[in-house]
Amino acid sequence: MSGHSTYEPKSAVGKWFESRLPIMGLIHSSFVVFPNPRNLNYFWTFGGILAFMLVAQIITGVVLAMHYTAHADMAFNSVELIMRDVNYGWMLRYLHANGASMFFIAVYVHIFRGLYYGSYKAPREVLWILGVIIFLLMMATAFMGYVLPWGQMSFWGATVITNLFSAIPGVGEVIVSYLWGGYSVSNPTLNRFFSLHYLLPFMIAGVVVLHIWALHVPGSNNPSGIEKKTDKDVLPFHPYFTVKDAFALSCFLMVYVWFAFYIPNFLGHADNYIEANAAVTPSHIVPEWYFLPFYAILRAIPDKLLGVLAMFGSIAIMVVVPWLDSSKVRSGNYRPVFQIFFWLFAINAVILGWLGSKPPEGMYVVASRICTVYYFAYYILVLPLLGLFETPKSLPASIADSVLGRGGSGSAMASGAASSPSTKG
Amino acid sequence: MATTHASASAEPTRRDFLFIATGAAGAVGLAATIWPFISQMAPDAATIAAGAPVDFDLSPVAEGQIVKLFWRGKLIFVRHRTAAEIKAAQDTDVTSLRDPEADSARVKPGKDQWLIVYGNCTHLGCVPLGNEGAFHGWQCPCHGSVFDTSGRIRQGPAPINLPVPPYAFTSDKAIRIG
Repeated sequence: MSGHSTYEPKSAVGKWFESRLPIMGLIHSSFVVFPNPRNLNYFWTFGGILAFMLVAQIITGVVLAMHYTAHADMAFNSVELIMRDVNYGWMLRYLHANGASMFFIAVYVHIFRGLYYGSYKAPREVLWILGVIIFLLMMATAFMGYVLPWGQMSFWGATVITNLFSAIPGVGEVIVSYLWGGYSVSNPTLNRFFSLHYLLPFMIAGVVVLHIWALHVPGSNNPSGIEKKTDKDVLPFHPYFTVKDAFALSCFLMVYVWFAFYIPNFLGHADNYIEANAAVTPSHIVPEWYFLPFYAILRAIPDKLLGVLAMFGSIAIMVVVPWLDSSKVRSGNYRPVFQIFFWLFAINAVILGWLGSKPPEGMYVVASRICTVYYFAYYILVLPLLGLFETPKSLPASIADSVLGRGGSGSAMASGAASSPSTKG
Repeated sequence: MATTHASASAEPTRRDFLFIATGAAGAVGLAATIWPFISQMAPDAATIAAGAPVDFDLSPVAEGQIVKLFWRGKLIFVRHRTAAEIKAAQDTDVTSLRDPEADSARVKPGKDQWLIVYGNCTHLGCVPLGNEGAFHGWQCPCHGSVFDTSGRIRQGPAPINLPVPPYAFTSDKAIRIG
């Protein structure tokens, strides 16, 4: 990966090892001397936060698996035993359950950061697509993990989501019975979900390695959207960004543990403390909060097959964003009209999430349809057309200039902001 | 696969044949290897065996009552319909339905009072609530599908009627499902 490989082992053992496996040099060039744009703001700390959350979820999850029983007759009870009998079992489970929510909060900030600053644009298309794949794997992992406690929400969530595949014409019913391993969600379903829930995080870790590899080819994008050109534009990863990432992570962890220790069930559903019952569906069934916008899109469309296609399409469309956006200017900071549409898109996504938690009737359905239309219009109409009509602000000559307030945005208003590397709060 | 020899003509060489034969054998072997990994996902022998027919005694089911039972792990409603419910189901204009089906095709001849249907909504599989909705049949709490007293879809996103499982009357007051 780029950056100067200046690493030289000092000890004889280090030299002996490095000549056989140069991994210390790789770590040194990737995470110590790696040149990052000097103007990265706190939105760029979420990559590190996400890496931490993945590790946290794997550690708590592996330990929970030592106490959990993946059987339809025993799973619910084994989770209660974790909560009551296992030493610190309550803490591990609450950290794991709330960790999933924190993981998604961080990934949504990370995704919107990329959308605002144009991080998906050339030469970072593959980096972006790898991110979309990680997001999909995260959704699959989170969904299967939510099934494992075998409560009412687990069972009916699994039923509804697996039934999405029954919308496929012709072979849908067969596919669903193959997913279930039976004629309904049952013990074989729970077993395979547990197996896959354990597997997928390691697949995520593998794609994360590719994601970081692809990142380190061009290096990070930055708030100005201009590529780094000289040494004046960059700072070494350590100590400047290790410290910044560590501070942001510490703040993030305070929120995480506050949830885990003080309101551990705030993001859950009381119905999931009732054991799964195939004869009764809870009166109000909703997915976890991080799926709500996509659930709202599913329900906005009255046709079963089209609804399912729209829901999967709402995620799949992110893959082609690098080619939908016609603007040559990367950062939203220099695109005044884009900013309006972008923030509408962000608000729209939050409203979709709220609508997903409401019953599918009356005004909620109408609003869901309007928001669904805007969701897709942003990708299919706004991004391709805006680049043709919008007049961007003039760009600074370099990252250093954008930080030091020379040129850029044509307003020369940056005096006083010169000490702040953040150009966007 | 073609060699760079200038003499390489349209005539396939022995090397071409070996290449295609090896590739074909490899593809068959790969498919044969993958198949067990796909097939193991299907319902296993025990699950299928548990799908043996079940007998159900109708005599305790009072008029107006809906009873739930399981066959092959799937929920089934047994509904003892009242005269008004039967009339409502029969008087419906079949041509106006999303999934047109006469009530007579959904019950056994002479057994109009017994409606036996699968108990999972045909949209995404939730259990509809009995005697609810505009048609007093069922209403699904998940996405709002409404079924009439014949289990036919009337409103909402479900594409088809609640299916009728295979069953037969073994006596006047007993059925065998399966």
